[in-house]
Amino acid sequence: MTGVAVKRTSAEGLHHHERPALSDPVLARRVLIFLALAFVAVFLGLPLLIVFSSALKEGFGVYLAAISDAETLSAVRLSLLAAGISIPLNLAFGMAAAWLLSKYDFPGKSVITTLIDLPFSVSPVVAGLMFVLLFGANGWFAPLLSAADIKIIFAVPGVVLVTTFVTFPLVAREVLAVMQAQGSDEEEAALTLGARGWTVFFRITLPKVKWGVLYGVILTNARAMGEFGAVSVVSGHIRGETNTLPLHVEILYGEYQFASAFAVASLLGLLALVSLVAKHWVEWQAARRRTGDVIKGAAT
Amino acid sequence: MRLFTKRGVLPGFGPSLGFVVFYMSLLLLLPLSALILRASGVGLGEFFRIATEPRVMAAYQLSFGTSFAAATCNAVFGVLLAWVLVRYPFPGRKLVDAMVDLPFALPTAVAGIALTAIYAPSGWLGAPLLKLGMKAAFTPFGIFLALVFVGIPFVVRTVQPVLEDLEASLEEAAAVLGATRLQTFVKVLLPQLFPAVVTGFTLAFARGVGEYGSVVFISGNMPMKTEIAPLLIITKLEQYDYAGATVIACVMLGVSFLSLFALNLLQRRRTGAR
Amino acid sequence: MSVTVQNLTKRFGGRREVVGVDEISFNCPEHRITSLLGPSGSGKSTLLRLVAGLEVPDAGAVCINGVDITNVPVRQRNVGFVFQNYALFRHMTVAENIAFGLTVRKAQKAQIQERVAELLSLVQLSGYEKRLPDQLSGGQRQRIALARALAIRPKVLLLDEPFGALDAQVRVELREWLHRLHEQTQVTTLLVTHDQEEALELSDHVVLLRDGKIEQAGAPTELYERPANAFVASFLGGATILSGRVVRGQALFAEEGLSTAVDLAEGSIVEAFIRPHDVRLAKVKGGTPAKVARVERLIRIGGFVKLAVALPNGDRISVQMPQHEFLEHGIEQGDSVLLDLRHGQVTPRLSYSI
Repeated sequence: MTGVAVKRTSAEGLHHHERPALSDPVLARRVLIFLALAFVAVFLGLPLLIVFSSALKEGFGVYLAAISDAETLSAVRLSLLAAGISIPLNLAFGMAAAWLLSKYDFPGKSVITTLIDLPFSVSPVVAGLMFVLLFGANGWFAPLLSAADIKIIFAVPGVVLVTTFVTFPLVAREVLAVMQAQGSDEEEAALTLGARGWTVFFRITLPKVKWGVLYGVILTNARAMGEFGAVSVVSGHIRGETNTLPLHVEILYGEYQFASAFAVASLLGLLALVSLVAKHWVEWQAARRRTGDVIKGAAT
Repeated sequence: MRLFTKRGVLPGFGPSLGFVVFYMSLLLLLPLSALILRASGVGLGEFFRIATEPRVMAAYQLSFGTSFAAATCNAVFGVLLAWVLVRYPFPGRKLVDAMVDLPFALPTAVAGIALTAIYAPSGWLGAPLLKLGMKAAFTPFGIFLALVFVGIPFVVRTVQPVLEDLEASLEEAAAVLGATRLQTFVKVLLPQLFPAVVTGFTLAFARGVGEYGSVVFISGNMPMKTEIAPLLIITKLEQYDYAGATVIACVMLGVSFLSLFALNLLQRRRTGAR
Repeated sequence: MSVTVQNLTKRFGGRREVVGVDEISFNCPEHRITSLLGPSGSGKSTLLRLVAGLEVPDAGAVCINGVDITNVPVRQRNVGFVFQNYALFRHMTVAENIAFGLTVRKAQKAQIQERVAELLSLVQLSGYEKRLPDQLSGGQRQRIALARALAIRPKVLLLDEPFGALDAQVRVELREWLHRLHEQTQVTTLLVTHDQEEALELSDHVVLLRDGKIEQAGAPTELYERPANAFVASFLGGATILSGRVVRGQALFAEEGLSTAVDLAEGSIVEAFIRPHDVRLAKVKGGTPAKVARVERLIRIGGFVKLAVALPNGDRISVQMPQHEFLEHGIEQGDSVLLDLRHGQVTPRLSYSI
């Protein structure tokens, strides 16, 4: 696993600038802060800003028309559907995987751990291609599917499937990191007191990891609704049917309807901001309650 | 069917293992094997020929080259950002800290059109850059800039916790021995941060190579010049050249595996050498 | 190079303002080892860090050899500092660690090599140049930390609980080793410790601190034999403190469970700091139980016997004697005994010390 980070407020850190051996000269400090802020402003601030400014460029009327357009609404529905199905599925998987990998040792454990990371390092286009090879016109299951008259590729099921694929590590990694940090002492204590498996899980573990779970769900949702590359390959871009919000943005942009494209994009931008706020709120809550550590950065 | 012994007394091993393996087989191994088998069906010689076609090679060069450059840029600025966020209290620090996660939260398509709008010849930064003689959008430089955006969180988030956990006494020892802050940073702190920086770099690089949405709008997509590998895969798919698409995808998968492997090795060395 | 501290004060801010060091003044004689001794929170580490320049005082001055260095930044003070957890640079070899102070001063390579070799032989770890700190034992790491501090020929050597993280046996060995090292180098040393045995053994001069203030400063024997107050007495050597009254030339304590002849005014209230080996026992047969002490427990440790004795008024006192003396008396658990002070300080109680 990579990048496990426990967000702590180090008591020492609060005094850093008070200790002469640890404090940098004021000029150096100012310059570095300026450079950092400049970098953040250019690379992070501008993109965010331009989404909203371009969306409103042609006036509020155009903006409203774009986001209430029938095709936009169907894209919203599809995105929500994809998220709505992939989240519970991956939640179940994530909990099981986290439990499995944190509480037991067994041969093949490292294989599973490595494989879970795979959707992260694979290009989303490659992910989409894999499903085309399975369910597409020339795919493995093509004969079966055409016999049953089911369409997966270039239809809604494909979009949902691919979304589930790209998001499946998120909850698992997050909850795994939290479980590893918290240890199994309490669960073992519950065992000695006579509790059975599910009881231990629901009454001991779940309350402990709830912030990690919530964090994972927030990340999953953001990714699910925003996935572009993989969905682009399998969706077929059928307007009003197999377009998610990001795909709809692409279509509008391709038709040079820039303001509308940015208008729809701004919805996703708002979602991103809400996700960021929610993430930080969860981190803050977890740190406050000290119910185990919400691991920041495990979702790289 | 106790094929192997598990260590751990908590109940639920069987069910959780079963479910995890089932789920992963269905969702991960099945698609993976479809890709690999399809690629192997192409035959080794043909595989090699397709993988080294000029247009494909150009795409690799572009994807790998720009990712490498962007990851390097992010390594430098990532350390800077992490340092400033951990060590210097300033108004708005929490906000900036939250912003670092933006590339993760923002959908790639949105990032893609936003970045294109910024760096287009008429864009906020594109116009001044043009005056300086630099074309940003629709060139490899534009791809580089987009990949920098995508990779920002990787180095920052891996370096931050290491910085936060640094022992103060090491810096104090260096100071008492007469080192200036710069000397302390270079000789004492940087070596300790190095593994985290490399981890972040590798993650950013791997991500950049496969990135599609953020890059496809700004890149111009001219074959042999500004066509990224993922786009080439899609193009071949649209032309029903399954073999071609599969081969390129396999090469990219190989790169992904390699980077995952390298990272795991690094992690193990780090925790082993402690 | 002597170290002088004048009216040094350091307060730590935050929600609870904690006074680390409160107007402390003392002097460390040149070429000697001075110990800063005290319980946790007494301010001794803070004091050491103030001398090093790792903390900035709120008031007062630090002088080395008469020169006021209060405003001199830490990296220019040329002091040697050894941390409790060694603070060795883990990614550098032993040689690189020791050389660090010279490297940042841009010394010549040959010079550096020579000095490193010199120091390694001084700390008896020649041949360890290419080892990494992780490959060394705790005691070895501490010696390297010392070598690193000495490499820059510091005017003053500051040691912050240098043996705190080590096993008991290693601690004792290193203590003796440090003493020998100091004889060789003659560097003015300021040592922080909470271990009174260490302070008494190693130092020429002891400064005992509590809650940011000096309780007593002087030679070890002075603090031990003539403690200024109850705290000093009990910190150094574990004294029991009893109060009593003089009756007919005898100071009587604990309802006459313990008495000793004194030459003080009849009826005056007195206080005694009694160390376990200051007490003499005599076995008693019969006698009014109310006026007699009882042996509750005895433990044999090495060549000594420790007895826990209950006094008639319920107080407990700890008595210690060499094995042979104990055997002469033939005392067993439960026996009644009479107590006398061999020698222990009995002073008129003029004011209460908390």
